[in-house]
Amino acid sequence: MANTPEDLSYTKDHEWVRAKDSEATVGITDHAQHQLGDVVYVELPKAGDKFESGVPFGSVESVKAASEVYMPVSGEVIEVNESIVDSSEKVHPVNADPYGKGWMIRIKLANPSQLDALLTAVEYEDYIKEEAAE
Amino acid sequence: MQKRTPLYEAHISLGARMVEFAGWEMPVQYSGHIQEHMAVREAAGLFDISHMGEVEIRGADALALVQKVTTNDASKLEDNQVQYSTMLNDRGGVIDDLLVYRVNSEFFLLVVNAGTTDSDFEWIKSHAASMNVEACNTSDAFALLALQGPFAERILQDLSDHMLDRIPYYWSQRVLVDGLDCRVSRTGYTGEDGFEILCNAADARHLWNRLLVTGMDRGLIPCGLAARNTLRLEAAFRLYGHDMDETTTPLEAGLGWVVKLAKGDFAGRDVLLKQKEEGLKRKLAGFEVLDRAPARDGYLIVIDGQQAGVVASGSPAPFLKKNIGLAYLPTEHAAIGTDFFVVVRGRNVPARVVETPFYKRDKKFD
Repeated sequence: MANTPEDLSYTKDHEWVRAKDSEATVGITDHAQHQLGDVVYVELPKAGDKFESGVPFGSVESVKAASEVYMPVSGEVIEVNESIVDSSEKVHPVNADPYGKGWMIRIKLANPSQLDALLTAVEYEDYIKEEAAE
Repeated sequence: MQKRTPLYEAHISLGARMVEFAGWEMPVQYSGHIQEHMAVREAAGLFDISHMGEVEIRGADALALVQKVTTNDASKLEDNQVQYSTMLNDRGGVIDDLLVYRVNSEFFLLVVNAGTTDSDFEWIKSHAASMNVEACNTSDAFALLALQGPFAERILQDLSDHMLDRIPYYWSQRVLVDGLDCRVSRTGYTGEDGFEILCNAADARHLWNRLLVTGMDRGLIPCGLAARNTLRLEAAFRLYGHDMDETTTPLEAGLGWVVKLAKGDFAGRDVLLKQKEEGLKRKLAGFEVLDRAPARDGYLIVIDGQQAGVVASGSPAPFLKKNIGLAYLPTEHAAIGTDFFVVVRGRNVPARVVETPFYKRDKKFD
């Protein structure tokens, strides 16, 4: 069963968001990394890039498939986790620790009220179950 | 309704992730894609490939029918010998690739792909009219396991009295494995030494469990379709439906070595003769991506600013730690060392034609 921390917010595209004041950290969920399998490469934007909510900001490549990662809310990238782009770890940080060392970008929120539209942990878990049942 | 192999429950109890493949519910991975891939390169892996089809051809004209519907020369086979071959339509397009087993002079067994089993069978039957031969689709009666990797022989030997080192590459034997009647062939789809074990469907569960327990100490683990795909790609084995289909000929697919034009008539021969005479306009080439971003099936290929095809098979290669692939390229751009681009998410990524297979083991049995 996938791990879904209660203090984070989630999207239906399987990203998580940890917001504090006007900033947020973004990554992909444990469920998502599990579905992707062994991650070998991550493509991330540059600090200063701005994205609208719902737009792809990067991609995660497992051995099996490529998957785009979408902006949960609009904002400007202020920091990128370079350590996951060129990881030499045996198990990639996105697989091993998706909510910690596997974080992807930190953003400055363009419109903090967009956070209200994100899913809670309980809602996200229900959504995964619905998706699996389809 | 998806079909299930006799090992479905075994996969579920091992915690496999199941996916749909060619109408079957199959295990795509158990412990992890890379771990399973490396186990086959360095120790051993066990695959359930029972989704693959079996067609038995029996009778005085069995050889004549096999010769008519396949491209390789089955008349060269001795009892228990196995041959890789292709089956073509009348336009020279590949209907399937397959293994032809000669059991005896009046009994050939064809092992075909899952998604094409029914259409292959109809095609075979359509050529059997007026022949003294009976073709039978026996797919449901059998399970097929692949035990692959450098320790495969030692593991299987623990369960059999037959001297397995006397089965050369692309030969088979009727062998008792843990007392169960099996046909064991030294064949596979991974680029490693190993065996494919054809057994009665009812015996599959027992055999699967016994093999896993017997091989555990030597590092044997169950492996899914994801590892099977990357292993075969490193070995540059073609995947039907990706690297060839009814619109490509075996010559274009680089399988000229299983096309024996001199053996007599067979379906598609005229087209191949003409193609050989005129020269190939395109051919399947192996390539390496010169970038961190992997090429994937269907990605566009760009040569001299022009779209020149798509990637047939592309993936990161877990053992080689490179991004590799196969693609149809115009013949004049298919020479080793030729550079081109693959379009990855809108970006032109450099790639280079390289020699295949990408991976070659030290061979003991060839």
